[in-house]
Amino acid sequence: MNNSLALLGLLSREPSYGYDLKHSYDRYFGVQKPLAFGQVYSTLARMFRDDLIMALGEESGGGPDRKKYEITLAGRDKVRQWLFTPDVPSETLQSELFAKTVIALLLDDDADRLLDAQRAEHMARMRELTRLKSDADLLQVLMCDHGLFHIEADLRWIELTSARLTLLKKELQSA
Amino acid sequence: MSLIDTTPPILSARGVHHAFGQTEALRGIDVDVHEGEVLAVMGPSGSGKSTLLHCLAGILAPVRGTVAYAPRGPAPVNISGLGEAERSRLRLTDFGFVFQFGQLLPELTALDNVGLPLLLGGTKRAESRQRSEELLERLGLKAFTAKLPGELSGGQAQRVAIARALVTSPAVLFADEPTGSLDSLAAENVLTLMLDLVREAGMTVVMITHDARTAAYADREVIVRDGIIAAGHRVPA
Repeated sequence: MNNSLALLGLLSREPSYGYDLKHSYDRYFGVQKPLAFGQVYSTLARMFRDDLIMALGEESGGGPDRKKYEITLAGRDKVRQWLFTPDVPSETLQSELFAKTVIALLLDDDADRLLDAQRAEHMARMRELTRLKSDADLLQVLMCDHGLFHIEADLRWIELTSARLTLLKKELQSA
Repeated sequence: MSLIDTTPPILSARGVHHAFGQTEALRGIDVDVHEGEVLAVMGPSGSGKSTLLHCLAGILAPVRGTVAYAPRGPAPVNISGLGEAERSRLRLTDFGFVFQFGQLLPELTALDNVGLPLLLGGTKRAESRQRSEELLERLGLKAFTAKLPGELSGGQAQRVAIARALVTSPAVLFADEPTGSLDSLAAENVLTLMLDLVREAGMTVVMITHDARTAAYADREVIVRDGIIAAGHRVPA
């Protein structure tokens, strides 16, 4: 997820302090991994430099916490562009698993064991997310579901690859 | 600490083999199911997971190997050594079953479907009715007790089937793709209701599923592949 654009999107609702933005972010997106204050302030500084936000003045006391920010027109355009541009599906994990499986087969190692271990790891994460859902509000449930469906897609790939290992090994060794 | 570390096995299969004609379905299964745990049995189609469930539940007698049932209180029983009549009695008194499709009798109301196992076990009609009504209410079906299965949605019918499986307070619930015929949201609702009830009662569950999201509701999973438990899920020797 693009944290900067999510913060900019949150700022589109109303002018806000960095402190409030961080808590807003954590509530919606950071249940499992809250954003560090440092990251919020450095992101705000970058967006300020790029004219995506402007400062509404500073309260006495100084420090980054005292600045209130408002989104600019350019910032609003940026948010809309982000919202309506579809993302490329991530293949990072799958390519890593694919590489491991191929290498294991090329080395005549136990690719089944590798896939089983990955499956167990995925299932443990799915159990964790499922448990989180039981006491969560709808917003968190939807976040967990999103994670669950993605992990499930990986698992399907693992299952199918697992069923095709003998064939794949033959193909790789004859290449 | 998991239930595996804290509770004894209520079901133990050792060296279980089963075959249908020349086709070997199970080729030496070792598995423990611990008291109070929800165990998901996963695996590809034709891997032997349903045969395993049938052997654990005493529906099938394995051709080789043992299945021991050790409930709290009574002496352990070697299910695989029992005759058909004794296994049938054990299934009625100690086990509950939920399947994917078609387990309700179409000519009986939801209430009568749920009460059937109690009546078969000799419970008085009034008590059977009261327990069935209570359970249907817990499952959110108070308004549907007089409906026939054909008048219920898929999710409602499956909740009736769950009530029927749980009404005898079985020690072990066997569920074969219990939400396999439902859409995601209905499946999640049915599963949550079922597992809330069984966990509250401390029951043990053996649940077959090909669906990882369903399996994620379990405490752990074992994978059956080609009639054996896949590496990483085996009972330590």
